[in-house]
Amino acid sequence: MNLTLRIWRQKKSDTSGKFVEYKADDVSPDMSFLEMLDVVNEGLIKRGEEPIAFDHDCREGICGTCGMVINGVAHGPLGATTTCQLHMRHFKDGQVLTIEPWRARPFPVIKDLIVDRSAFDRVIQAGGFISARTGGAPDGNSIPVSKPDADLAMDAAACIGCGACVAACKNASAMLFVAAKVSHLNILPQGKPEKERRVSNMVRAMDEEGFGNCTVMGSCEAVCPKEISLDVISRMNRDYMKALWRSK
Amino acid sequence: MKLDAKTPSGPLAQKWTNHRNHIKVVNPANKRKFDVIVVGSGLAGGSAAATLSELGYKVKCFCFQDSPRRAHSIAAQGGINAAKNYQNDGDSVYRLFYDTIKGGDFRSREANVYRLAEVSVNIIDQCVAQGVPFAREYSGYLANRSFGGAQVSRTFYARGQTGQQLLLGAYQALEKQIEAGAVKMYPRTEMLDLVLIDGHAKGIVVRDLVTGEISSHAADAVVLATGGYGNVFFLSTNAKGCNVTAIWRAYKRGALMANPCYTQIHPTCIPVTGEHQSKLTLMSESLRNDGRVWVSKVKGDNRPANDIPEDDRDYYLERKYPAYGNLAPRDISSRAAKEVCDEGRGVGPGGRGVYLDFRDAIHLLGLNVIRERYGNLFEMYERITGEDAYKVPMRIYPASHYAMGGLWVDYNLMSNIPGLYVIGEANFSDHGANRLGASALMQGLADGYFVLPYTIGDYFATERPRKPSLGHPEFRKVEEEIAARTKTFLAIKGRRTVTEFHRELGKLMWDKCGMGRNEAGLKEALERIPALRQEFWDDVNVLGEGNELNQSLEYAGRVADFMEFGELLVLDALVRDESCGAHFREEHQTPDGEAQRDDEKFSYVAAWEYQGVDARPILHKEPLVYEEVHLAQRSYK
Repeated sequence: MNLTLRIWRQKKSDTSGKFVEYKADDVSPDMSFLEMLDVVNEGLIKRGEEPIAFDHDCREGICGTCGMVINGVAHGPLGATTTCQLHMRHFKDGQVLTIEPWRARPFPVIKDLIVDRSAFDRVIQAGGFISARTGGAPDGNSIPVSKPDADLAMDAAACIGCGACVAACKNASAMLFVAAKVSHLNILPQGKPEKERRVSNMVRAMDEEGFGNCTVMGSCEAVCPKEISLDVISRMNRDYMKALWRSK
Repeated sequence: MKLDAKTPSGPLAQKWTNHRNHIKVVNPANKRKFDVIVVGSGLAGGSAAATLSELGYKVKCFCFQDSPRRAHSIAAQGGINAAKNYQNDGDSVYRLFYDTIKGGDFRSREANVYRLAEVSVNIIDQCVAQGVPFAREYSGYLANRSFGGAQVSRTFYARGQTGQQLLLGAYQALEKQIEAGAVKMYPRTEMLDLVLIDGHAKGIVVRDLVTGEISSHAADAVVLATGGYGNVFFLSTNAKGCNVTAIWRAYKRGALMANPCYTQIHPTCIPVTGEHQSKLTLMSESLRNDGRVWVSKVKGDNRPANDIPEDDRDYYLERKYPAYGNLAPRDISSRAAKEVCDEGRGVGPGGRGVYLDFRDAIHLLGLNVIRERYGNLFEMYERITGEDAYKVPMRIYPASHYAMGGLWVDYNLMSNIPGLYVIGEANFSDHGANRLGASALMQGLADGYFVLPYTIGDYFATERPRKPSLGHPEFRKVEEEIAARTKTFLAIKGRRTVTEFHRELGKLMWDKCGMGRNEAGLKEALERIPALRQEFWDDVNVLGEGNELNQSLEYAGRVADFMEFGELLVLDALVRDESCGAHFREEHQTPDGEAQRDDEKFSYVAAWEYQGVDARPILHKEPLVYEEVHLAQRSYK
């Protein structure tokens, strides 16, 4: 199939960017979206033009490095799929694809389709951990965790930190990301002692990074490649209210 | 050069305990006087950086990814082994040790492997305490699954995302330490060289991948946790960024490279679809617990899988290895797949594939159980291939996956360069000639959480803090070399892209030094690699500038190192004139086609010393001495 691509090109974070049109010809339906871009880039280099910069690494949907907005949808049209796992069989011959980086103030563009997501790391630093220093941990089976709890924690822990939730939100809210981590750790018995500190500190860090407010519209859930559910947000709100109440 | 593994004396089971009791320690007040550089933030690097800083050392951690959470350990699917014996099926530290030694085809260091098995139990405890959401039974206790190369059920897992969850555990511990100011993190920063002062590793030179700035960092010790070199084959299950650069630069500064020819080919990957293919995706080996591997008995059988009657199916692993069946170790399963495809019985486009079929397991256990165990893997398969593996069998084929070889280290995980430690996949130490499933996560975390934090103290206790100043001329010299190299890349302005060269190198490596190797092929590769390397330096095209984010430039540097490293890998494969584990020399096989070792001549670790790009490196041999196990022909029948 042959496609027309309108791709965001921006040399540096402090220069302005623009859409540039490229042709992608003879695209095989078995290619991944990133492989299609690889082929376009090979062509650009051959013509002496700088290739399109985009972030990617594992290319199997788990590292969370890749991500671009394709025709207005973070990670593209297929549900529960990262950009690297999106294959060209889901597109049609002759289609025009508009490809942009995540757009959110806390995620400044570094170059072309690459953004800076270090705000996520700083939110985790504020409390997204259990303070169990190495050594001295009791036997793994000494802390039984009910299977439903373990499963719920795992559902939330599946977050890959790609940032699609923020990109999809009209307020650039990071609630789904933050709530997923709070849920993962607060559900588990190991996470209970720091439960309230964790949620208060992470919410504060999230606000300080400039992420917007959540109005529970669910656009984040719709684009999440790991199908993290909005439930984590209600769970975090509950924990947050309790923490606020207790700190009074 | 005499290689001293520094293996402690005494009975095998007491070596680690005795060693810990006797190595020197640094008192807490003095620890903060020592600076440690950790390069890499995967399971080994992340856990080491967190733990070393908890102990009080001042840590700087570097990764090329945009966040330490993205290191490639994250992609490990299946699980992590530990000798907990929660299943009461007779597991023990000794059994895990023996399985690992045997799985490695008796080419690993006995004492290291025993220690690995010993600390495996602590890893699970630590990870549970951190909140890793391992799979649980309804009782609330930890669940286990079986894995290739073992007859007990000792693998702990978090759905099909065990690596992700373990890495997030280490990452979160690391982030906590960053917040506390105990670790300074440098993401999007690539190590480009090691700096030696008076023969000791005292710093590194890095490039900021966003600004292109080249700078130096000094420390009292340097820890490399930079993963494996599987991408030398171009197509592999490794992330696109995985590279050999850090350990290759250390090698060129005098660290010994051990057993580079031990490269694991993973049997269950999704087959190649075309020339555009940029990487291969692994389907967890845990699938072999319930999936049955087969091809048609008929050559060139074009019938759809489900139309092939039972009598025409050859469940070749069950047929050839009745005791282990579909759970035969990785090297054996990979070669068996290649063999049936070479016979013309392969399936799918191009005939390079075999079936992994869940029909019987679904029938026996029900769709829900299979969905519960492997749901995310089936989804991943469908996304890539467009096929529903609940209805038609998966198609799989082997691909380059893991590097058992790496920099040589002693029992303390220190290389032959004082102050240079190497942990995780980047070292050679624990897996011999073949790694068993669910052992990589175990080794990465063992090294980072429980081995290095003890052993590094032994070096510091004898070494006063003497972090050099950045004004030392050696730093400037290395920085200038790196800057000159960048200039060279940008000035070539040739006709071919970096990817084209990488693909060509990878194909050559895969054809001549992949699953099967022979003298003629290896010799041919040794002729062709230097020629290809020359062509690379004459004709590669790297656009853009050095002082900006430039992915082509990053990639060119990595491929340039693969061009040199590939030659060493092939040389090692040629000199090791035996078959062992994943290193299969076609000249050396048993009558039924298994790897035939030659313990008389090759029971040693091959450690290579650099002599110059075009000069032959010197081979040092560390003899492998077995005090406890009896060397046997590996049999999984």
